[in-house]
This record gives sequence, structure tokens and C-alpha cells, in this order.
Amino acid sequence: MRGKRLQQIRTIADLESLRESILQKRDSGKTVIRTCISTGCRAKKSVKIIDGLRNEIRKHGLQDQVEIKKTGCHGFCEMGPILVVEPENIFYCRVKPEDDVDIVSKTIIDGNFIKRLQWKDPGTREHTKYERTLPVYIKQKKDISFNCGKIDPTDIEDYIASGGYSALGKALATMTPAEVVETVVASGLRGRGGGGFPTGIKWRICSAAPGDIKYIIANGDEGDPGAFMDRSLMEGDPHSIIEGMIIGAFAIGARQGFIYVRQEYPIAIEHLSIAIQQAEEYGLLGKDILGAGLDFTIKIDRGAGAFVCGEETALIISIEGRSGTPRPRPPYPAIEGLWGKPTVLNNVETLGNITKILSKGADWYSNIGTDNSKGTKIFSLVGKVRNTGLVEVEMGTTLREIIFGIGGGIRKGKRFKAVQTGGPSGGCIPISKIDMPVDYDSLRDAGAIMGSGGMIVMDESSCMVDLARYFIHFLLFESCGKCIPCREGLKQMHHILTNICEGLGERGDIETLTELGRFMTTTSLCGLGGTASNPVLSTIRYFRDEYDAHIYNKKCRAGVCKNLFEYYIDEELCNGCTLCKVKCPEKAITGKKKKPHMIDPQKCIKCGICYSLCKLEAIRVR
Amino acid sequence: MKIEKIDSILKKHEYRHSEIIGIMQDVQGIENYLPEGTLRYISEKLELSLTRIFDIVTFYKAFSLVPRGRHMIKVCCGTACHLGGAMQNLDRIKRTLHVREGETTEDRMFSLETVNCLGTCALAPVIQIGEDYHDAVIPGKIDNILAAYSAGHERQEVATD
Repeated sequence: MRGKRLQQIRTIADLESLRESILQKRDSGKTVIRTCISTGCRAKKSVKIIDGLRNEIRKHGLQDQVEIKKTGCHGFCEMGPILVVEPENIFYCRVKPEDDVDIVSKTIIDGNFIKRLQWKDPGTREHTKYERTLPVYIKQKKDISFNCGKIDPTDIEDYIASGGYSALGKALATMTPAEVVETVVASGLRGRGGGGFPTGIKWRICSAAPGDIKYIIANGDEGDPGAFMDRSLMEGDPHSIIEGMIIGAFAIGARQGFIYVRQEYPIAIEHLSIAIQQAEEYGLLGKDILGAGLDFTIKIDRGAGAFVCGEETALIISIEGRSGTPRPRPPYPAIEGLWGKPTVLNNVETLGNITKILSKGADWYSNIGTDNSKGTKIFSLVGKVRNTGLVEVEMGTTLREIIFGIGGGIRKGKRFKAVQTGGPSGGCIPISKIDMPVDYDSLRDAGAIMGSGGMIVMDESSCMVDLARYFIHFLLFESCGKCIPCREGLKQMHHILTNICEGLGERGDIETLTELGRFMTTTSLCGLGGTASNPVLSTIRYFRDEYDAHIYNKKCRAGVCKNLFEYYIDEELCNGCTLCKVKCPEKAITGKKKKPHMIDPQKCIKCGICYSLCKLEAIRVR
Repeated sequence: MKIEKIDSILKKHEYRHSEIIGIMQDVQGIENYLPEGTLRYISEKLELSLTRIFDIVTFYKAFSLVPRGRHMIKVCCGTACHLGGAMQNLDRIKRTLHVREGETTEDRMFSLETVNCLGTCALAPVIQIGEDYHDAVIPGKIDNILAAYSAGHERQEVATD
């Protein structure tokens, strides 16, 4: 990192002249290799790849002509590690550390493409050469995640060069706090964390609340399992969140901000810390920001592994240094929040929207999306879908377009069964609703919620009863225990669902679950309990036949509930390779070499080893 | 834990009661768990009751009051991992290491934990061992992955695909 700046940015003119000078210094013809160092690609050794590339570049004496830029998440995590060579825009995926020699000698020096690293359409078998022509990206609308994968998140100058902090400059120079609030109201932006409350209204209430001390908090406690867009934004474009927070602070009159990040996200914490430090060095955080008389600082708080702390009142209590249990609302945090002061709490993705709204205007923003859901939304498309990763689309895009158009359909030629949205507070949407537009209201009507934007796609090998049990188990351990409906309701639901999954389900169980769910929805203290029954109610609504099969026929067709299925070997498919026999820890598989094998159901513990290893898919479920 | 070290952590957090979670995260970052003596010392220094400290330690999942093994195994039980077979992977690890969630092997080599979501859902099912992420894990590969750590390699090069 560069040394401490002596010359801080004191005025908007300073900011613009800095931007000019950064852009002037840039050589547009220079080769830049953009590589993802976010958690996903890092898990697949992207850091090692970068080291290898550096060595190769040095070996060829090209260090002055080639720059390696470490970026955040490109979104196409399935194909990681991802690497893009600029200015040509060459796209390589599933890069391995040993590919460094070829990338430097064949592509950088000779200018040739390396076919094995290109993305190949599994249907048409066509290769894609450039990032800009990648089908997965073309169908998206990347407004908020635009910088992720493009800029170096640990370099504030890269953010400034891409137009960063100009929205802040515009707000401070040409608008009053009230005008900023009204712009956000007019944009129609709704909270991206789960509730979908209009952001501008929240800001308006807080700015009108009496008191000199106010706070703004960015909620980066992305607890919903299956969602990771907030992590990617914090890792890949931390300054946009900081800029959004400074604008929010100006609008409501806060001098102190907090970013609450879950500790499971160490790289997000690292990148945010670097970004805050750099913003301070450049004078964009601290006293008299851009000469507008605004004083504002940001502190990072790490979560400690409690899902309920994503709920706003619990999060505030956690920052105060206590056990994060929610409290009844009203008073809402915008009136009485952190240490009893008016506090605005926004999800990090919501804050990522703010800079775009300010720089392009409320009209531009409100033209994107549907009547009641404006803008774009980042979804994490995961599960049994082919192209897993992050996708950003306009609100109102259909599920079919997201899952089949962008996601490429279901893996291994299996059939789509359902998609789960909204995490533990959400629900499952079946195939009959695949042409539904995705926005806050349609999802709610279908018995699910937008939540933070997790979309978990399921195929015929996913058991819906087990999934309901999974979410209730999750919530049972995350319930703070303060109110009875949530604490005891979850316990009973879990008991009943576990029985059903173990083959002990009885007539009347489904009715009891439905009644418990309705009771919890109406009487729980906070959103966690109020929405806890959604996964159960929505699966009963759409997949009642599966519940019936578990309860009455004692069968789990998906092959998930251990007591309700058995593995067998399809004699037609088995070629007698003996792999399953060798690996079976219980010696339950017998058979001669090159002859079909057999599983002894008495010995089988259904550990799934044979099922996961058989390349011919000869191990079946019945 | 050395008194000076605890003092420097307390100083960094300006002896504030509201910083207690951050203070204990820093202690655990060094010690791998929260030793009773250290908590008693913090309680005295901050004039914060042990009851409140214990309340926080037991409320947040990340804190541990018992020492943990050299390699921390975190089995991700997020939705995508669950659908991908995280439970079968977890069962396999339990059977191989003879431990349950929250326990440490007798040789102090491994501690086993489940986490709600590691945020790497595109790589599901995921297991984190120490700093390493293992993606697309299947029950048939578990024993190989664990054996590489038992053999004492620091950075693991286990083929998981």
C-alpha cells in the first residue's frame, strides 16, 4: 500500500483534480490481468495463481508492461478462478496454478487464445472468447455490482478513477440534507436486507427525530444461509458502501457510523478496514469532509455468530456490547436506536444503491424495475443450478429467466423442482410459478419473501420435508428464546418434522404444523419468529404430496430421509468396477469384478459414499 | 495468557464495556478459546460482572470456553451445502474422528464445528479446515482430506474435484 498522503482532499475541486491526474497517469494500452481474490476464487487457489503469474511476468521482463489487478467477485463463481486480460477483454475460467506459463507466453506475449481456459457452452459446445460476450453476463444488468471484479478494492484511487465519491461530492456541493432524503424517497428504493421498507422514509423519520446525536449503521451481518451478495460487495467494492454511508450521514445528521460484519467474512472485514483507513487518509472520512462542514467517522464491529443479530434491534444491542436479543418495536430505531439515539440501519446492498441514485437521479432509478420494486437486485443463485454465482437483474425479471436463462437450467439433466428464496424466513416456489416476476410483492403473494436475495434451486433429489426440517432446526438454535411463540413453537415444529422425516409421522401432523405456524406468525416478538413458519407453510402449500408420502407411505422419493429409502444397484448400469465395494465402510457391498454388484440393505448405513463415488450413477434410490 | 497482552487488548478497546465482544474476539483470536482466568481478569479490569460476560460468551456461537484442536473443522450447513449433502459429510467426519459437533479429538488435532453459512454457496458443499476451503466435498473424499492434515502438512494440496 502507498504511504500516508500529505495532501488531503479538502474540496470537491481537489477530488476532481485527483481523479483527472489518476486517469492521465493511466496507459489505456497497458495489459492488465484482472483476477478475483474474493472468498470463492481464493478457495480455488487464485492467490497462488497470481503469485505464479507474477513470477512468469518477471521471468520475461514484462513487469513494466503488464499489471496484475486483484479484484473482487466477478459473480460467475461456478467457473472460478476467473481471470480477464485487458484491454482485449479475454475471459478465462477454471484457471489452475499451472496455467500461468501458458497465459503469459501464449496470451500475453503471442496474443493467442488458450482454448481450454475459455468458457464452453455445455449445450452448443461453443467457446466464448471475451468477457463482454459471455451469455451469463449479457443477460444481467450490473448496476450495483458493476465495480466488483473491475476495480482493486484495496485501492481507493481505483475507486475514484471509476467515478467514486462523485455522488458524495454532488450531494455535499449542490444539495441540502432534506433534498438528499427526498431524492432517495422519490427513487422508490426499498431495503435490500429482508423487510423491504422504503429507505427514504426511514431516513426522513430519522432526520426529523429530535436530538443532536444520531447514528447510521450498515448491516453486513448476512446471516441468511445461501446468500452472499453482501459479502461480495464488501469484499469487491467497499468504498461504495462507505460513500453511501457518508451520504446517509449527511442526510440524517449523523457523525458516527458503524459497519456490522459477520466474523465468518474475514476478507470483507479486511477490505473494509483498508477502505476506511484510506478514506481517512484522503480526507473523505473525518473532519469537515470536502469542505462542507460534515464530520463523520466509521467503526467496524464484528458479529460473533448469532443469526438473530441481523434483526435491527438485536444488532443494535450487540453493538452496545450485550447479548443480541430483539426488543419490541415501536419505538423504531429511527426514533430510538443505538444508545437510545435516532439510528438509521441499512443493509450494505441498500447503501450500494445510494451512490447510483445520487449520481444519476431519482428519475433514472425509478424507471428501472416494477411499480413497487425499483432498481436492480443481486441474487445468489446456488443449489442444483448449472451456473452458480451472483446475478444482478432488474426487479420484475421472471424466475425462468434467472434460473434457466442466466443460470443455464438444472445440473446433470435433472428436473427443476422448486426454488427457495429469502432464507429461513422465506419459502419455496414450485415449477407452476416459474414465470412469476421477481419483486417484493409477487414473492410475498407466493408465500416466500425477497429476503436478502438468496435463491436456492432444488431438483428431484431434494426432499422438501427435510428442507422444512432443516430451516426449523436452524431457527430453533438461532431463536434467542425471549418470546414463547418462537421458542416453544419452533421446538414443537422441529419435533413433528423430525418424526415425519424418521418415518414416525402420524395423521394430523400437517394440520398441527399449519396451526402452529399461523400462531407463531401472529404472536412472535420479532421478524425471526414471525416468519419462522414460512418454510413449513410454503412447502405444505405446494408439496403436500411429499408430506403425505412421508407420513402414509413412509417413503422419501428424493433419497434424503435415511429411514425412508434404500440404496440399490442398477444391474444394467453397473460394470463391476469394484470402487463402491472397496470404499464401503460397512462392507455392505458384494460382487465379483466386472459383474454387477449388490448392496445388503441390512448392513447399509446409508452414508452415501458409494452413491457419491459411482461415476455410472448405477447406485439408485428407492 | 500474559497480563501485558490482555492489557494491550483492553487498551486498544479503550476499556469500554460496549467493546466486550470485540475484546473477547481478540483474546480468542490469540488463544483459540477463552480461558477462565483471562475472563476473570477482564471482568475485574472493566468492572463488568462475570455474569454478564458469561451471558455473552454463551449467547454468541463463536465463543468457546474449552481449548480447541490444532485444526478447526467447520462444516458449512448453509442451505446450498445442506442440499449438496453436508449432513452426510458431517456424519462421515464424526465417524472417522470419533467426535461430535463442538468436540475436540483426543490427540487435540481436530475440533469439529458446524457453521450456519460460510458465504461460499457457489462451491457447495464446503468444509473449512483452518484457513483452507474445500469445495464440492463428497463423503467418499472425507477420509483423504482429513488424512492429509493428520500427516502434518501445513498448506494442504488435496484434490477435491
